[in-house]
Amino acid sequence: MSKERDSQQHGPPSEMEGIKKESRYLRGSLVESLQNPITGSVPDSDTKLMKFHGSYMQDDRDVRQERKQQKLEPAYQFMTRVRLPGGVATPEQWLVMDEIANTYGHHTLKLTTRQTFQTHGVLKWNMKKQIQMINDSLMDTIAACGDVNRNVMCNANPYQSDIHGEIFEWSKKVSEHLLPRTQAYHEIWLDGEKVEDSKDEYEVEPIYGSLYLPRKFKIGIAVPPSNDIDVYSQDLGFIAIVENNELKGFNVAVGGGMGMTHGDTNTYPQVSRVIGFCEPEKIVDVAEKILTIQRDYGNRSERKNARFKYTVDRHGLDWVRQELHDRLGWELEEERSYTFDHNGDRYGWVEGDGLWHLTLFIQNGRIKDSEDNQVMAGLREIAKVHDGEFRLTPNQNVIIARVEEEKKQEIDELAEQYGLTDGRYNSALRRNSMACVAFPTCGLAMAESERYLPSLIDKMDDVIDEAGLQDEEIVIRMSGCPNGCSRPALSEIGFIGKGPGKYNMYLGGGFTGNRLNKLYKENIGEEEILGTIKPMLFEYAKERQENEHFGDYVIRAGYIEEVQSGLDFHP
Amino acid sequence: MPLEVMNSPFNQDQADLLNRLLPTLNEKQKIWLSGYLSSAATEADTAVQVPEAGGQIQETTVEATREITILFGSHTGNCQALADEYAAKLKEQDYQVTVSSMDDFKPKALKKVEDLLVLTSTHGDGDPPDNALSFYDFLFSKRAPKLDGVRFSVLSLGDSSYEFFCQTGKDIDQKLEELGAERIYPRVDCDLDFEEPAGEWFDGVLALLNEQKSAGGSQTPTGNTQTVQADDTPVYSRAHPFQAEILENINLNGRGSNKETRHLELDLEGSNLSYEPGDSLAIFPENDEALVDQLIKEMDWNPEESVPINKDGEIRSLREALLSTYETTCLTKPLLEKAQTLTDNEQLKELLEDSEQWKAYIYGRDLLDFVQDFGPWKGTVQDFIGILRKIPVRLYSIASSQAANPEEVHLTIGALRYEAHGRNRLGVCSIQCAERANHGDQLSVFVQKNPNFKLPENPEAPVLMIGAGTGVAPYRSFLEEREEMEAPGKNWLFFGEQHFVSDFLYQVEWQRWLNEGVLTNMDVAFSRDNEEKVYVQHRLLEKSAEVYQWLQDGTYVYVCGDEKYMAKDVHEALITIAEKEGNMSREDAESYIDKLRKEKRYQRDVY
Repeated sequence: MSKERDSQQHGPPSEMEGIKKESRYLRGSLVESLQNPITGSVPDSDTKLMKFHGSYMQDDRDVRQERKQQKLEPAYQFMTRVRLPGGVATPEQWLVMDEIANTYGHHTLKLTTRQTFQTHGVLKWNMKKQIQMINDSLMDTIAACGDVNRNVMCNANPYQSDIHGEIFEWSKKVSEHLLPRTQAYHEIWLDGEKVEDSKDEYEVEPIYGSLYLPRKFKIGIAVPPSNDIDVYSQDLGFIAIVENNELKGFNVAVGGGMGMTHGDTNTYPQVSRVIGFCEPEKIVDVAEKILTIQRDYGNRSERKNARFKYTVDRHGLDWVRQELHDRLGWELEEERSYTFDHNGDRYGWVEGDGLWHLTLFIQNGRIKDSEDNQVMAGLREIAKVHDGEFRLTPNQNVIIARVEEEKKQEIDELAEQYGLTDGRYNSALRRNSMACVAFPTCGLAMAESERYLPSLIDKMDDVIDEAGLQDEEIVIRMSGCPNGCSRPALSEIGFIGKGPGKYNMYLGGGFTGNRLNKLYKENIGEEEILGTIKPMLFEYAKERQENEHFGDYVIRAGYIEEVQSGLDFHP
Repeated sequence: MPLEVMNSPFNQDQADLLNRLLPTLNEKQKIWLSGYLSSAATEADTAVQVPEAGGQIQETTVEATREITILFGSHTGNCQALADEYAAKLKEQDYQVTVSSMDDFKPKALKKVEDLLVLTSTHGDGDPPDNALSFYDFLFSKRAPKLDGVRFSVLSLGDSSYEFFCQTGKDIDQKLEELGAERIYPRVDCDLDFEEPAGEWFDGVLALLNEQKSAGGSQTPTGNTQTVQADDTPVYSRAHPFQAEILENINLNGRGSNKETRHLELDLEGSNLSYEPGDSLAIFPENDEALVDQLIKEMDWNPEESVPINKDGEIRSLREALLSTYETTCLTKPLLEKAQTLTDNEQLKELLEDSEQWKAYIYGRDLLDFVQDFGPWKGTVQDFIGILRKIPVRLYSIASSQAANPEEVHLTIGALRYEAHGRNRLGVCSIQCAERANHGDQLSVFVQKNPNFKLPENPEAPVLMIGAGTGVAPYRSFLEEREEMEAPGKNWLFFGEQHFVSDFLYQVEWQRWLNEGVLTNMDVAFSRDNEEKVYVQHRLLEKSAEVYQWLQDGTYVYVCGDEKYMAKDVHEALITIAEKEGNMSREDAESYIDKLRKEKRYQRDVY
């Protein structure tokens, strides 16, 4: 079944394909590189393999030039991403991540847009200790990055706890099933016995083979009416169909993705499209077969064109459906009807199935203590007394989930004491904001994101107040580069970094995450951003129709064209 | 003065020709000519001869094909890919080509470049890409050499949606021209779709190079542009220190460090000073103004009063004398004794009677403490000045090789700051260098030879270098020298400091030398990165078998840095290694190491 891979030529294989091939199933020279005491870095090829083990080498870009002058190498450090299907963690696991961040990291944690923990600033010498701590607490970092299936997302639905539980179990099964099987991770990080995998490649890696995927692959499960996981942004999305509180199965959507490259119109964000429906127990099979289609047909020559969305757009949906049916040996059913009404989070306490769930607003997912509030200390104290679970949401927030009635007050008091908030005193704009990490750690960042968006919203809030839009939910997202970790192409107001202090501004995305936005102004700074948005917001406040969202209004008012498909994203 | 047969080695015809020629030369031409003649003389290894026809000598000394240097600045990899591609194409046509990123290219090699192709992108707001920044700064600094005889062309990549489109390419293009290089093909600025215009640029450059190659390589000789030393250059020494201009002064310690180590680069141009690796540079420091002013105030002196500064009767204002001539930061027993005549304070007498007491007193105290503690003072200012010691020079192991940096000397200076007796104390010279020595300022210096810390004469002999902190300075000069001389001997460095992230002095330079094989091995000990403190001697012991093998193979061992702890512990470690690996008794091991010392294979510069 894998032989098609070789017949699909897009040109000579990219450098990365060679690195994977030579890596002996993701081992490379990592063991030696991690021990080299002269540098805090690992060589380029090992850096690329580290991703498959859940870690990116980075450096503190705030001091990069300064250190260069000082004849010091960049301040190399590692970002580590946990694999945490559906974003569900126990209080014990929360405490371990907190301890890692404060022992080896930068004393902060990042809750990612894919529902997991990231630590930053860990030095090479501490990587092994960190991964062992994660492993000891029954989590891992395998395949959290790299050309493999990434952390599987799952709706963080606090309303229907039992249904959430069932769907979450499916997300875990998909995640487990699609894990790489190489023993490299255990050997390198966990002092596992050294086994050279010399068998046939599909014995070692039954799903991936020795070259793994052409590019990263993302899967998420949404539960309508919430599209919190942005199902249309996933390579493979599942939309749960629940009738009478019973899970009937999933609509299958393929070919979404955010990343693009500035100035290269052959790259674009795309929304996934539904190709059919499957019963719950078929989900793992469908996921595997879709993934193998991409394994065999994805572009292994040009990494910028290697995501599944390009494979889908190149071959067409009918072909994908047919190929899937051939591989499954059975056919998907007709898609079922469903409706999304938002992709943001719903904050505060809600009850579901006799238990309580508190959604807290965590600005840009950054868990840290500051002068204003002690988010990190507060959540640590809650973790010490909480006996339910933590759910990390796709909007970088956290839910204190499964709280018993009698525990509610204690949690509330701790939240109050440490300045944790459900966002009620923030504008609805801020509550619907997201930003990726960007500077100073992300090597890809072209402009600030997480460190800048809050202050931009401060200034927009003045306009929002004046226009009386405090409670109007507007989805605003910023990314420091066009790879789009904060899914900016699916926001009503989107910013993508272009250079220091300069952003491309996008408008017209759908409120439920169903429509891409479009470039409105290129390469603008704060003054022009505010000058552009201010009159629009005033006009919107005055002229909007009932229940009309900002993203829809700017299209009706003629500011921007509606984008139907990623193929129309570029002007 | 015109040349004649009587006052020159020339015959009448030659003298006439020269007398006609010389007055017409401008400054540039004179420098060129002197360089040309001296390099011709070196190559011929004979006395200077005036060539009858310059062209003949040129042809024998200059290759017909010029070497092409391709330098790129690349952020996303496009320029690098193009540079590699063009280099390959040029090589196919039998050109000699070297290609590297601008920052991997050693700036001092710039003046040796013949044909230069620069490919660069522009980053952010018109800035050079990261791997071109240092080179860019060098090019725009005072230290950029004249590039007469260099031919160049620039290809710039950019994104026209930015305000400063292709700015770095434009800057470099203009600067190269200003430095005297000849633009052989006009710069091309490419937008995001760079492939075509870039290809056209290269084809244009190539066509031009081919044309010139076939024309037979007539070209201007690349004369040695060094100014020839005039005969009346004064000899700089301790008695006549040279005023060296500061070219560079940076802190080598990253953020979060407990240390501040300054790297100074001084300009020796015109000094005729020469040094070898292992030598030291002496600096005449100046006292801290704040301390001097406090002292003057405490004593209620008139800062403008004239005082003698030497026995020849030279005078300066009191303040000036205290700043640059007399020592104020250190107390000595003779000073205390002489001061007895200037005070009736009985306590001073009592203090001096007990040697434990006065030793304890002078430790960590300065002249200000002393005058505060033992007044009231009598006598004149001159009386008081008369008991003071002249400010001593500070010696620093030189951190550069003169062969690699002909007109510079580099130093590695640890800034000394501590608190004692309720006041912050500052090292005189180190803090002057850290806080009061800016680019363009001058320091009074001379070279202090150190024949006891010298590289082996045999370039094939292996070298093992051990140093902690600023003790690593001479090893930088050793490696620069051995690299420059292409010495084939192996080199092994042990370095210790507190923290890997912030205190790895000259880290990127060692890394480069390791990559290029100049440095064979390097071991590091960062004492405060782990719960257990690890020092260089521990690393030596870990590698004891290998170290012993090196010793047996004729290695020269060097130790530089702290005497009290580091050097002592290293010495012990070497004895232990000989005991263990050589199966020797303690006594035999000691004499084994002692023998090394006598053979000058174990040299130390410790303080």
